[in-house]
Amino acid sequence: MKVVIIGAGHAAGQLITSLKMDETITGSITLIGDEPWLPYQRPPLSKQYLSGEMDVDQLYLKPKEFYKASKVNIRLGHHAQSIDRTAKTVTLDNGDKVAYDKLALTTGTRVRRLSIPGADLEGIHYIRTIDDTDNLRKQFAPGKAMTVVGGGYIGLEAAAAATKAGMKVTVLEMADRVMNRVVAPEVSTFFEALHRSQGVDIRTDIQVTGFTGEQTISAISCKDSPDIKSDLCVVGVGVIPNTELAETAGLKCDNGIVVDDHAQTEDPDIVAAGDCTAHPNGIYGSQIRLESVQNAVDQAKAAALSILDKPETYCAVPWFWSNQYDVKLQIVGLSEGYDQTVVRGKPENSAFSVFYLKGGTLIAVDAINSAREYMMGRKLITDHAKPDPTRIVDTTIPIKELV
Amino acid sequence: MAIVTYILHDGRSKDIEVKTGESVKDGAVNNLVPGILAECGGALACATCHVYVDEQWFDKLEPAGEVEMDMLDFAEDVRKNSRLSCQIDITEEMNGLVIHVPEEQY
Ligand SMILES: Cc1cc2nc3c(=O)[nH]c(=O)nc-3n(C[C@H](O)[C@H](O)[C@H](O)COP(=O)(O)OP(=O)(O)OC[C@H]3O[C@@H](n4cnc5c(N)ncnc54)[C@H](O)[C@@H]3O)c2cc1C
Ligand code: FES
Repeated sequence: MKVVIIGAGHAAGQLITSLKMDETITGSITLIGDEPWLPYQRPPLSKQYLSGEMDVDQLYLKPKEFYKASKVNIRLGHHAQSIDRTAKTVTLDNGDKVAYDKLALTTGTRVRRLSIPGADLEGIHYIRTIDDTDNLRKQFAPGKAMTVVGGGYIGLEAAAAATKAGMKVTVLEMADRVMNRVVAPEVSTFFEALHRSQGVDIRTDIQVTGFTGEQTISAISCKDSPDIKSDLCVVGVGVIPNTELAETAGLKCDNGIVVDDHAQTEDPDIVAAGDCTAHPNGIYGSQIRLESVQNAVDQAKAAALSILDKPETYCAVPWFWSNQYDVKLQIVGLSEGYDQTVVRGKPENSAFSVFYLKGGTLIAVDAINSAREYMMGRKLITDHAKPDPTRIVDTTIPIKELV
Repeated sequence: MAIVTYILHDGRSKDIEVKTGESVKDGAVNNLVPGILAECGGALACATCHVYVDEQWFDKLEPAGEVEMDMLDFAEDVRKNSRLSCQIDITEEMNGLVIHVPEEQY
């Protein structure tokens, strides 16, 4: 069997591992990726790798020798241009054709770029790849002014790393609070206060209209407010799923490549996994697209099993984390559609958690320096538990005895 | 560098050379030791790298930190000698370390 994987990211790395762990697999595996690196972890790119606490070798999911020993054909530095589903071939940017019996699409996402005036100036950074972080870190120097456009978790992590490096950081968020897409207002308030206590200037409800400077950025213009002097800028305003290849091949896409709960597309010989997929989630009963390591890993496992013709249903509670300064945020579940939040612990103590309920059922937990609540949340959400809100707030009741 | 023996749930075992500074998790993941999933890559966010440290060795290791203890408490089939393998960094003194891999991580 010839397995071809397009996109050499986190999901691809897991897919190869899962295929190789199966003792029955025979045939070849080809990995096509347009970045020059073997599959690596992106989370440290805005955390320990940006702050210089981790080196590049530690980012790789598997060492080089693993791919050699596993005889994986590596085609890095090549973009897959098109898929011919009838001939079952993939055409690369250099015209090479690669034949497949089973094809996996793990194309991930790309950053959304700003298209406002001055957006092409030097000194405006995005964070998605090793190069991105290397280039950004080279610009770090004490005393420099850095502005972050977008108060999502990547922008805030970059703000924390830059602050630690002695820079003067401003964060500009269009919405009325930071991380508004993922966490409850209580959690946003906590992180805003945390950053401010470290000297970061956090401004919400502010709209960036352009960048000015000669060749390199020197200031950022905002609607209804004075220009902000900046030596460099980090933009984190979301990502776009890489679905064009699948779309052109006639596969159904809807904010992601549409797959079933076995990571299977409508073509029986094509699976897809990771950030690029729109998939059903059995726990929440809806079609979702996730941008997380958990999903990349778990869905890639399901994709491998589909390729091996041993299908197993992918149905997991999503989880996620973010580190800022010495604070650890852990999120489990999806809070969308909640009708009640219950806070356990005190934000003043830098350890608290927010429980999200929908019709009494626990659907998500945001845990700040509260690993126990996070772990318990994971169990309870899987069980569709209905914890009593009066017991959630009562910290004299050990979290294990919540239900 | 240290040789670490990973004893699988079914009794099979693998001796693996792990570099100093790498973790017990790294040794397992880089060499396809089944049973140690380590989904978060060592960020102390998943608890899917749970192992049992051989009784002979448990007390010789740096004890678990607070977050690790909190996460461990909720892992499957936790025992006295449970640890999260991403938090055990290899030193020269750990040559001969024996690790038991649990049946399940969930
Ligand atoms: C800075 C940063 C911090 C993050 N922090 C966290 C975190 O703390 N926790 C967490 O859970 N998640 C985090 N994430 C998200 C996580 O990294 C992603 O969810 C994960 O990488 C998704 O894996 P993937 O394989 O789907 O996509 P990717 O890892 O993006 O890989 C896709 C690859 O496919 C390539 N590709 C696309 N199209 C083609 C083509 N046609 N031909 C060839 N190659 C192609 C892309 O260039 C890319 O290399 C973070 C992401 C970033 C950028
Ligand atoms: S690898 Fe995730 S907690 Fe150890």
